[in-house]
Amino acid sequence: MEKERALDFYEKMFLIRKYEETLLALAQNNEIFTFCSSLGQEASAVGVVSALSEDDIILTNHRSAGHLLARGAEPRRCLAEVMGKATGYCKGKSGPLHISVKELGIYLTSTIVGGELSLVTGVGLSLKMLKTNAIAVCFFGDGAACEGIFHESLNLASVWELPILYVCENNQWQAFVHRKETMRIDHISEWAKRYKIPAITVDGNDVEEVYKNTKKAVDSIRSQNGPYFIETYTYRLRGHMEPMDQQEYVDKEELENWRKKDPVICFKQKVLELASAKEIEELENNIELELQRAVHFAKESPYPNLDELTKDVFVV
Amino acid sequence: MEKFTPERAIVEAIREEMERDDRVIFFGEGVATKHYELVKEFGKERIRNVPLAEGIIVGTAVGASATGLRPIVDILFAPFITYAMEEFVNSAGKLRYISGGQFSFPLVVMGMTGGGWCVGAHHNHNIESWFIHAPGIYVVMPSAARDFKGLLKSSIRDENPVFFFIDIGLLHMPGEVPEQEYTTPLGKAKVILEGEDITLISWGKTVYRAVEAAEELAKEGIQIEVMDLMTLKPLDQESILNSVSKTNHLVVVHEASRNCGFGAEIAAIVSEEAFEYLKGPVVRVTGPDAPPPSSYVLEQAFAPDKDKIIAGVKRALGV
Ligand SMILES: Cc1ncc(C[n+]2csc(CCOP(=O)(O)OP(=O)(O)O)c2C)c(N)n1
Repeated sequence: MEKERALDFYEKMFLIRKYEETLLALAQNNEIFTFCSSLGQEASAVGVVSALSEDDIILTNHRSAGHLLARGAEPRRCLAEVMGKATGYCKGKSGPLHISVKELGIYLTSTIVGGELSLVTGVGLSLKMLKTNAIAVCFFGDGAACEGIFHESLNLASVWELPILYVCENNQWQAFVHRKETMRIDHISEWAKRYKIPAITVDGNDVEEVYKNTKKAVDSIRSQNGPYFIETYTYRLRGHMEPMDQQEYVDKEELENWRKKDPVICFKQKVLELASAKEIEELENNIELELQRAVHFAKESPYPNLDELTKDVFVV
Repeated sequence: MEKFTPERAIVEAIREEMERDDRVIFFGEGVATKHYELVKEFGKERIRNVPLAEGIIVGTAVGASATGLRPIVDILFAPFITYAMEEFVNSAGKLRYISGGQFSFPLVVMGMTGGGWCVGAHHNHNIESWFIHAPGIYVVMPSAARDFKGLLKSSIRDENPVFFFIDIGLLHMPGEVPEQEYTTPLGKAKVILEGEDITLISWGKTVYRAVEAAEELAKEGIQIEVMDLMTLKPLDQESILNSVSKTNHLVVVHEASRNCGFGAEIAAIVSEEAFEYLKGPVVRVTGPDAPPPSSYVLEQAFAPDKDKIIAGVKRALGV
């Protein structure tokens, strides 16, 4: 991997990590209510999103910080949204769980598990019928794959040959239930193959691997071969929801083993072979500074006017 | 004026709107099979059959509507929407608000309901009030052939999601339909009989039964003002209040069950906004709190008939 790209990936991964650590500190300090952390899944988000074009459309869910920031969302506006401020991307009406940023192509974020799977077929249909060359990308978890709508979505996308990239972030957890309790298979990609969709499982903690495979998938979709399915095999290093989930139910050994594969720390070792420690330190310092400013911005931002309560229900 | 059925009026509306706007698409189980003449005209891309999976049918419509298409989906019978409540209520109804107004969902879901075909409660269930209660969704339920066409055209052109209820009992009842192009505006009720003594509000097939009741009571000297609501949301509150402030009495008639039916909401609105005009109780004449049955006699008895409506009117008038 060239230095420039490696630094770009590392910058994004570090930003996501520090952003979520910032949120965690705020949550522990009762300055925000709650959020779902994607800590440990940064490589999956950055690897996939970096392989997309500007006009591709992303659908995501409750665990979205990585997808948002990798796509270029401003941390300060994300943070303001989490705090319910008027300057947030959704004017404070989403809060932490369903942030959409239309101007960046992040559409229809749903926090009903599987919601994005039900909507992405329509987005894919529009992109196909309106003869764009763009594709729709749908992020969801292994839990969502247990919803009936997962199967309805894959089946229709396959039958209609829709330009959709399904990205299942298999982080081994479905809230407080381990994936192994819910399915006989180890890889969700096995289910996808049954719908005649090309499907692969990749090491979701290896950003290069994710990026490379996403590029391949995107090329295939753009050549009008219909949908493609990538399972990024990874791990949710934190609890389901911050700050109350202390992971008492998590097997200590399993957690320790996955900590050794921490995608941000592991990738930093690789980047150190390409860039100087000083360069990296500078990049990290800039991000820390940006996040401090973001917290300040979000805290200083006004709450929405109370007349917002009944606005945006209908197009008037 | 030509006379034809609501069934034909619906197809005409869809044809005209597809002709007018390339972004309009139409899909559902068997839609392309049943409407092969539309497929011939507009192609297989725009008129589609779909797998038997209401969740993804409606979800696809919602996603497509937010990204440049204007879908019409036929879910066949209204109770089948229960498989797609997530997509319709959580996504079409809420994602505009949740996103702070970033998205809009110009789509129409059509579903049949009401007695008339003896199909029982899994095909016949008047659930319009569920969607009036849910935020972000418009609800339309016409009674006359001309309004089936005019309101469907307006629904397709509207920027908001619409549930378009089709009363099975009316599908094959011919009515006059203008030959020239027209639309019927959403959110406007229609007074179909003027009267001074009492306002009667209804929608769907019970409008016709209300008219029968009004004709009979006219012989006794009671003049009923019959209003066909047509659009239940947005509600034409102004027309309702104007009429009640003139007649001072109100009866609401619907086929849907009584408990939390839309009649309850109309009664509440009138008692809050026009209490000083009311000279008697607001009376509801409705279907019972039971699933609609199949047997012809029971199905007929489910929806209020002329006699029940007359009794309701007399109770409201205290005569
Ligand atoms: C329909 C529905 N059921 C339950 C929930 C509560 N819930 C939120 S996230 C979650 C776990 C989802 O697991 P998965 O799809 O694997 O995604 P992950 O959270 O691991 O990223 C649950 C059960 C919900 N939001 N929606």
